[in-house]
Amino acid sequence: MDEPILKAQGLTKKYGENVVFKDIDLAVQQGDIIVIIGPSGTGKSTLLRCLNLLTKADGGKIWLDGEEITAPGHNEDEVRQHIGMVFQNFLLFNHLTALDNVMLGLTKVKHLPREQALEKALSELKRVGLADRAGHYPGQLSGGQQQRVAIARALAMDPRVMLFDEPTSALDPELIGEVLEVMRQLALQKMTMLVVTHEMGFAREVANRIIFMEKGSIIEEGTPDELFLRPKFERTREFLWKITELYGHKHETTQPTEDL
Amino acid sequence: MIEWLQFLWQTLPVFLDGLRVTLELTAVGLIMGFVLGLLAALGRIYGSPWVRRVCVAYIEVFRGTPLLVQLFLIYYGFPGIGITFSRMASAYLALGLNSGAYQAEYLRGSIMAISEGQMMAGRSIGLTRFATIRHIILPQALRLVIPAWSNEPILLLKSTAVAFLIAVPDLMTKAKLVAARTYDPIGTYLAVAVIYLIIVALLSEVMKALERRVRIPGLEVETQKP
Repeated sequence: MDEPILKAQGLTKKYGENVVFKDIDLAVQQGDIIVIIGPSGTGKSTLLRCLNLLTKADGGKIWLDGEEITAPGHNEDEVRQHIGMVFQNFLLFNHLTALDNVMLGLTKVKHLPREQALEKALSELKRVGLADRAGHYPGQLSGGQQQRVAIARALAMDPRVMLFDEPTSALDPELIGEVLEVMRQLALQKMTMLVVTHEMGFAREVANRIIFMEKGSIIEEGTPDELFLRPKFERTREFLWKITELYGHKHETTQPTEDL
Repeated sequence: MIEWLQFLWQTLPVFLDGLRVTLELTAVGLIMGFVLGLLAALGRIYGSPWVRRVCVAYIEVFRGTPLLVQLFLIYYGFPGIGITFSRMASAYLALGLNSGAYQAEYLRGSIMAISEGQMMAGRSIGLTRFATIRHIILPQALRLVIPAWSNEPILLLKSTAVAFLIAVPDLMTKAKLVAARTYDPIGTYLAVAVIYLIIVALLSEVMKALERRVRIPGLEVETQKP
């Protein structure tokens, strides 16, 4: 197997006594689309933030393209350029137009000449279907449009891997589709993605691996078929049953025997 | 009334002379206070514990003591330890230091109102902490601060009248001279009050125009959300 793009070993995060997750091992290969699922409060979001060093892990190591980025003295800001991040609540720069949101990283981080940055930013906005909204401020865009601009902003940096932290959880139901569609397109373009989501339809259809996390540990991981059709653990089956029901999809397994 | 207007007309050149000094004091105090205030606010929010303590101490000391005491300490006190400032320099220094302490708190409030998320988003595309503060946090915080901050030029303009007490030739000092010469304190001080009032009204308009000018569509709505 090739060198993973992103690899974590023994990753642990605590807030005081409270262990958010412990001993997480993870390897993301080129072209992987990994979906992390699990109940809220199991440290999925924190895990993503640790992976791009926005939050400091308390233990364990992370490698990006074979280089240990948790090594002391490693340039964190340099690392983050290569790891795109999309947040649950979009977090666009509110004082900048959609175009300037996408351009900022290009001019201030990559130091591209303005014209080149402009061209690149426009093409990224086009990629998420928002070229006609380039001059709009975040406050003038719908949630779905804001999230697509946020995706374009991350894509503009040409990241090695994209992290999505519940990208549709803050959206009205009718806006979720447009964001998932953009993510599907990215998947088709072989973008490497690590996605925390409750969108089981997306997970089932797009992911090549699903990781089920609970209480700070990885309980089970495998292909969508393995998890949806033949989960090894009763807990996985139970969670998938509930979440599938909640989001109104068709059940693929029999109802779990009892609540744990 | 006619008489008073005539009196005002005759003494106007003297008052305008004083007004120029008053405006200078205001402008210098405001700019110096802005620089100091911005540094103190940033230091208090983002600085190391040691930097934070220094910033807090500065803010508390200069907000916690009367401006007049600060002015007298600088003008009369410092020569005692071998440092002498001219009248104007003393007034600039006292007004700037004092205003900085207040501006620091206005700015701190608005910087902190820009969510932690904006910092995270900035860092996520590879901006350094400093670059995020400069390109993301401050452009938003400086817009947000305008309504509260617009008190400061007005308060400062009026505070400059204390410079009269170390005989800086500002509007107030001129007023005192005119009042003594004309034996008409009521007319004189009324005239001065009107001049201060007009300048404050102009300042208010400038602030409103500034607020309109830098307005971002949707941003004010965004910041009003809980």
